[in-house]
Amino acid sequence: MKTGLAARFNSGLAWLLLVLLVAPALVAIPVSLTPRRFLSFPTDELSLQYYRKLFTSPEWLSSFGQSAVIGLSSTLLATTIGTLCAIGLWRVSSRAGEVMRAILLLPLVIPPIIAAMAFYRLFVPLGLIDSYIGLILAHTVLSAPLVLITVSASLAGFDPRLEQASRNLGASNWTTMRRVILPGIKPGVMAGAVFAFIASWDEIVVTLFLSKFSVYTLPRRMWNGIRENTDPTVAAAAVVLMVVTLVAFSIWALAVRRQRPTE
Amino acid sequence: MRAIPRHALNAGWILVLPFVVLVGALFLGPIFNILWLSVSDPTPGLGNYTELFTSDSLGRILWTTLRVCVICTAISVVLGYSIAYAMVHAAEGTRNKMLGLLLVSFWISVLVRTFSWLMLLGRNGVVNSTLETIGIISEPISFMRNELGVLIGMVHYMVPYAVLPILASMQSIDGRVLQASRSLGATGTQTFWRVYLPLSRAGLVAAALLVFIINLGFYVIPAVLGGGKVLMVAEYISVQVLVTLQWGTAAMLAALLLFGVLALLFLMSRFMKLSTVFGGARA
Repeated sequence: MKTGLAARFNSGLAWLLLVLLVAPALVAIPVSLTPRRFLSFPTDELSLQYYRKLFTSPEWLSSFGQSAVIGLSSTLLATTIGTLCAIGLWRVSSRAGEVMRAILLLPLVIPPIIAAMAFYRLFVPLGLIDSYIGLILAHTVLSAPLVLITVSASLAGFDPRLEQASRNLGASNWTTMRRVILPGIKPGVMAGAVFAFIASWDEIVVTLFLSKFSVYTLPRRMWNGIRENTDPTVAAAAVVLMVVTLVAFSIWALAVRRQRPTE
Repeated sequence: MRAIPRHALNAGWILVLPFVVLVGALFLGPIFNILWLSVSDPTPGLGNYTELFTSDSLGRILWTTLRVCVICTAISVVLGYSIAYAMVHAAEGTRNKMLGLLLVSFWISVLVRTFSWLMLLGRNGVVNSTLETIGIISEPISFMRNELGVLIGMVHYMVPYAVLPILASMQSIDGRVLQASRSLGATGTQTFWRVYLPLSRAGLVAAALLVFIINLGFYVIPAVLGGGKVLMVAEYISVQVLVTLQWGTAAMLAALLLFGVLALLFLMSRFMKLSTVFGGARA
């Protein structure tokens, strides 16, 4: 189709919209550099005091640590369980398997507020409220479906005859899995792990229900900061949160790019 | 089909088992418990559901939720369509840059966005002071603690979700059909409205349903940008559970939300394979 005036106008509009999608988040950067004691834009001088505060205050540091522990633990669990499940469903490859896949993806589509209620109701009698284990388990349930999706996508491009060849040559189930299947689907496993980590690192709704005093993740502390809306440290935390997400995203994007020529 | 030896079939299910146990015990089981609560707490029966017709505040909350969701979905889908159209018709390099921006925005935390909107939309925020400086307005516009602010925040969050299904369906349109339309004498505008738009309908419907589903249970943005003035279902549920401890009402609302979402998902699966929407396995 020729590029008409309307199409050219539309692509201008699309670029504007795309820039507007990303740009508002950048406002946290100047606010985090304010020298003043309240949330404001710096006018004449810049100050790093709120980054210093972020990285020296025991509260924020413990939140970073807790978010990292919960994020990494739930990523490890979700990646293991999700990868095994994807391989299992790929082997089963039946209608029942597809129904099971749909059921296992439910944690992705059911609103987080319902998940939060369900976990809360379950964890109160078990004494898992405000505990690491509770949050790790909850985040694992919410992020394992992401791993299932990415690993299944990798498996869709994996030649099942390789598995048969390995078996015919006498390899055991376990050896076939470790030496043939896993190397073949590595990009999907890595992508799933990155998504699972980001999902846990950013998670707030379920965390609001499950944490009280002793477990206080980074999003939980940011949520308080946003509600109080006075301390500029929250702006510095927003910038750090964004940077970590972007780094994880770039790792994924580079992995995808490197994988492409061999496909 | 490849031949599968019988023991391999069993081995497959064993690998699926840990995930099934986890989701069953920690997620689906407790959700059934919530459904049960909705008809058993505080007294057995449908009392919680009849409240829907008798309580003014419940009616108002449902109406606000539906109104905000419908408006937000309409705007997001129109903007998403424009972006997807431009992406499909751009050269490959440009398209990858556009996709990059889209995915970056997709992954920026909802908390960071909410915080940024607070800074931008406040009475003395960037938007108001800019508009005042260039003389478009004399009084600051109030964006926050009302539906306008909630809509801005939600649309901003939702546009990338709207783009992805539309993009998938536009990419499957055969360019020769459009050429045929042009060579038979239709103008560019006619071709768009009579040929292109109907061909991308599946993506459009799937995008609208997806955005609507996510909107229905949205918590963070309405709670912060609405500042208690725009009370939607998710925030109301959290108040019922954590503050007033009325599990029955909360469970009833959760049940409504759940059945609404599942019905819409079923509808959506008839327009587009869900795996395409979620970027999954067998597209």
